[in-house]
Amino acid sequence: MAHPIRGRTAIVGMATAGMGEAPGYSAIELLGQATLGALNDSGLKLSDIDGIFAATSGHAFPTMSVAEYLGVKPKFFDGTNIGGSSFEMHLLQASLAIEAGLCEVALICYGSNQRTAGGRLVSMSEPQWHETPYGPRHPITAYALAAARHMHEYGTSREQLADVAVAAREWANLNPEAFAHGPLTREDVLASRMVSDPLTKGDCCLVTDGAAACILVSADRAKDFPQKPAYFLGAAGANWHRSIVAMPDLTVTAASESGPRAFEMAGLQHSDVDLLMLYDAFTINTILFLEDLGFCPKGEGGRFVEGGRIAPGGELAVNTNGGGLSCVHPGMYGMFLIAEAVAQIRGQAGERQLERADIALLHGNGGTLSSQVTAFLGSENAL
Amino acid sequence: MSHDALGPQKAFEAYLADGKFMIQKSRSTGTYLFWPRVLAPGSGEDDLEWVPASGMGRVYSITVNRKREGNHNVALIDLDEGPRMMSTVSGVETTAIGARVRARIEAGDMPRVVFDPVGEDA
Repeated sequence: MAHPIRGRTAIVGMATAGMGEAPGYSAIELLGQATLGALNDSGLKLSDIDGIFAATSGHAFPTMSVAEYLGVKPKFFDGTNIGGSSFEMHLLQASLAIEAGLCEVALICYGSNQRTAGGRLVSMSEPQWHETPYGPRHPITAYALAAARHMHEYGTSREQLADVAVAAREWANLNPEAFAHGPLTREDVLASRMVSDPLTKGDCCLVTDGAAACILVSADRAKDFPQKPAYFLGAAGANWHRSIVAMPDLTVTAASESGPRAFEMAGLQHSDVDLLMLYDAFTINTILFLEDLGFCPKGEGGRFVEGGRIAPGGELAVNTNGGGLSCVHPGMYGMFLIAEAVAQIRGQAGERQLERADIALLHGNGGTLSSQVTAFLGSENAL
Repeated sequence: MSHDALGPQKAFEAYLADGKFMIQKSRSTGTYLFWPRVLAPGSGEDDLEWVPASGMGRVYSITVNRKREGNHNVALIDLDEGPRMMSTVSGVETTAIGARVRARIEAGDMPRVVFDPVGEDA
């Protein structure tokens, strides 16, 4: 049976800012622009915000920085930082806080100028002392170890990994906001520079700038807003390790726990899902999450993504914005899973709009396949 | 020489400086753990003692970090005692997953445990 929180809150404002490259702007300036955009979208005023939920790669105390920058005095705030999956967890925390009457208008926000500030992934993540002597280059070392093990156990091929990147690019080509456009073939991905075997540059996410923010309110009020509400249907997180050394089996992520719990909370079946937004920091992620979330059997993810199954026109719509691989990846991508799900649910996704987008699964990933959070958003038809 | 007065991380590093690869074992359950802690993760035993690692293990996964300054491999090694550790397989660009390896201490300012490939019968 679905949890009582199902459908009790909804996103009524959503915006992105500085997608791709935003030279001359700091991370919090971009976050501020996204917040203004989300407020305009909802028709609410800055002073209506009484809950702040934030995480960034550059702010040790993100809710303090955001409250000060915006000049908002929140009654409730949560800066849970579990890497790129933070924002899917914030959807749950904000919904619980609203339902408990602790705040009424929750802002969930993120901003980064990672590309123009230096062009490389920036992280506050502290080195793990038992790893440091071996010079891992995280995050890619960890994901490469997982990919190598998956190939060893299940015969997954580099060609199949490449198919994930090709599908992402085909979706990105339908999205004017995506940073990477243009043709991309399996051969292009295979021929790109090897970074950490078996992952090439083509298997890695972009390094971009970007910010996004959304406004969440009680479902009782949601219909009074100009935009079609995107209802919160449920979410669950699972976290088994910090360092890749402590991940019990590199081919099975904690999504295999967060997924079933989130499905149960939302009272949904796999056949109900119209859109999957899976955190694709690397091509192996999409394969692991399709398996662990139950869309194909363990070990079959590589074969599952062949033949354009997750590309435009395929059987399963995955990462319709172009993903972290081809749309946007400013370091903590989870906020952009929400942005695309809201666009699809509202019917505002332009050329890439799905025929039916009533139920979206969002799967956030953080650290080195460490924290996993699965969330569901849906249209009024999902209630 | 015992380093029991030190916390587990410092004790491990002190043993390494002495040229010893030591791991922790629970006296009551016989469970080995790595990396070193004040309790066995998951079960919570704190009756831990330091024992010499056999040094034998198997490559669980391996990647080659490719940079302009040069390549080096980063491997996860499953020790015969059970725990997994990050390390590198010495003297080769890479090796097969499942390969048998033997630990060796590489001396230096920051001594570390590395592994050498050995035959399957080792």
